[in-house]
Amino acid sequence: MFARGLKRKSTEDAEDGDGGVAGVPAAPSYTLQRQSLLDMSLVKLQLCHMLVEPNLCRSVLIANTVRQIQEEMTQDGTWRVVAPQAAGRAPLDRLVSTEILCRSGREQEGEGDGPLPDPAPGQAPRRPQSSPWGLDGSREGRGGFQKSLDHIFETLENKTPGSVEELFSDVDSSYYDLDAVLTGMVGGAPSGPGLPAFAPAAAAPPSSTCRSDLGELEHAVEILVET
Amino acid sequence: MAADSSVDLHRPGVLTSHAFLSLPPTADIISTVEFNHTGELLATGDKGGRVVIFQREPESKNAPHSQGEYDVYSTFQSHEPEFDYLKSLEIEEKINKIKWLPQQNAAHSLLSTNDKTIKLWKITERDKRPEGYNLKDEEGKLKDLSTVTSLQVPVLKPMDLMVEVSPRRVFANGHTYHINSISVNSDCETYMSADDLRINLWHLAITDRSFNIVDIKPANMEDLTEVITASEFHPHHCNLFVYSSSKGSLRLCDMRAAALCDKHSKLFEEPEDPSNRSFFSEIISSVSDVKFSHSGRYMLTRDYLTVKVWDLNMEARPIETYQVHDYLRSKLCSLYENDCIFDKFECAWNGSDSVIMTGAYNNFFRMFDRNTKRDVTLEASRESSKPRAVLKPRRVCVGGKRRRDDISVDSLDFTKKILHTAWHPAENIIAIAATNNLYIFQDKVNSEMH
Repeated sequence: MFARGLKRKSTEDAEDGDGGVAGVPAAPSYTLQRQSLLDMSLVKLQLCHMLVEPNLCRSVLIANTVRQIQEEMTQDGTWRVVAPQAAGRAPLDRLVSTEILCRSGREQEGEGDGPLPDPAPGQAPRRPQSSPWGLDGSREGRGGFQKSLDHIFETLENKTPGSVEELFSDVDSSYYDLDAVLTGMVGGAPSGPGLPAFAPAAAAPPSSTCRSDLGELEHAVEILVET
Repeated sequence: MAADSSVDLHRPGVLTSHAFLSLPPTADIISTVEFNHTGELLATGDKGGRVVIFQREPESKNAPHSQGEYDVYSTFQSHEPEFDYLKSLEIEEKINKIKWLPQQNAAHSLLSTNDKTIKLWKITERDKRPEGYNLKDEEGKLKDLSTVTSLQVPVLKPMDLMVEVSPRRVFANGHTYHINSISVNSDCETYMSADDLRINLWHLAITDRSFNIVDIKPANMEDLTEVITASEFHPHHCNLFVYSSSKGSLRLCDMRAAALCDKHSKLFEEPEDPSNRSFFSEIISSVSDVKFSHSGRYMLTRDYLTVKVWDLNMEARPIETYQVHDYLRSKLCSLYENDCIFDKFECAWNGSDSVIMTGAYNNFFRMFDRNTKRDVTLEASRESSKPRAVLKPRRVCVGGKRRRDDISVDSLDFTKKILHTAWHPAENIIAIAATNNLYIFQDKVNSEMH
């Protein structure tokens, strides 16, 4: 019932191949545990209480844990993009988390600490107040965030072969940004007329209409907050 | 120190059940417990926004050995649920903290706070009422003047004691984030309130203004990695206060140094133990409570697995560390999964700063004697709390030899957590909040602090 607490292993240990510590049988289990911890943490971050403000301390601690795992995975080299074809064979829930995160990892390496490149029209530059714990005008941030999460859960349930394509086709590219996922920046832009280059697929999900509505509301709230 | 000082942990089980105050079944979960400065009054706040004050009955002359018991003195609704229309969010009415003001006249005053608003309440007693008005009759109706033939002087006659509570100040709109602590300054004129990212200084008489003295909000909220978890004024130096963070550090600030105390005077931080490093290291290092000792020389902090005593003169590491429930160290993953790892336990000093106390799971609470280095685990439960029952020490076994009454780690009830505890400022009386029950225990043998 109680799983063993995870311990970090230094890369030295991993190379030594010590039996039982970082030997082949132990390593996959550690990776699996770490992955499940990452998945669990993301779910925790995303389950916001809509009526009552989420606990900021808890959110910060969980986000820091996610960053730690991400850093370690980057060092281990397990933080890599998985080709969509190969990914299709992996279990869908694993796919959702690693694929999205791997994609964002790539983008992050490219940009460093600089501002995000602007891959799609209509994507606004980062605005601090749209993060889930930026309570100034957080409503739209959280709403957009919630939309991305709804999409994650939607895809998880929809275990059809076509779902992999859906996942990549009709979602804003900023969706893949790790920080965006963590901080609810998704859909933070007043999307308005400038919907991203990823045009909605034929099976346009309701989320894109909601997103433009959200954009208008967001614009209105922005005016309110800044006066 | 003398062996007979404070709670005698050489003879565990001396603590006796003083009162098991079961609040009515509809009562909410108790969210804070606080003795006043004399220990005569004990205030509790709950999740429903109510405050219940207990008063210690004076000792009976007939039975000098039986110390006064605590009875309900007053109950009032401090905070109501609110709705923030701009953000479409509910503001909970749960009372996060209560702090008593030092008594300056016949009335008692306390500050109570929820996530956003602090209120100052005045508690007064009325035990006399005027009788014999000339113009009004006994029911208060105006008399027919033609019936008034002589003048009388109204006199004060005794009446049944009435406790009146009135809100004197409402300190609103000072915080964007959730208030986690309030602390009254030793100058008795100001107090501070701390939320996740900011600390404000208020004057007790001024509600439309507060000074921001600490602000750790980053320019870009995405860079946020640390929040304020607790704060307290120094008991004697009105310019000093401490605040703790989610990364396990303590910052002592001096308000004389600058208007905005972002730069700490002292930073107390223990270096990480590399052998115990895990993904949960940061979470379990987050300080959930910080309390100055009565002497003002030390600070007590609580993190998930330990309580630590810090000397204000030494920033490098705590001078004492006590393990509260180290057997949980191997269960951190499960505790992270069920969110228990985020539980915020409080800690308390006894009046002479020789014993420290904190709560744990399974309705257990722990006491550590700093001088003898002995510790004891006790349970707050209905069985152990029949009047005058002597508390029996409990033990959690982690494998190996198991004694008859031991509890195994796997059968601990993690829904029964003792987050809030308080120690009488002068005597060996403790108040323990276990969900919606309040327990009061007293050490009858060693009731005086030495």
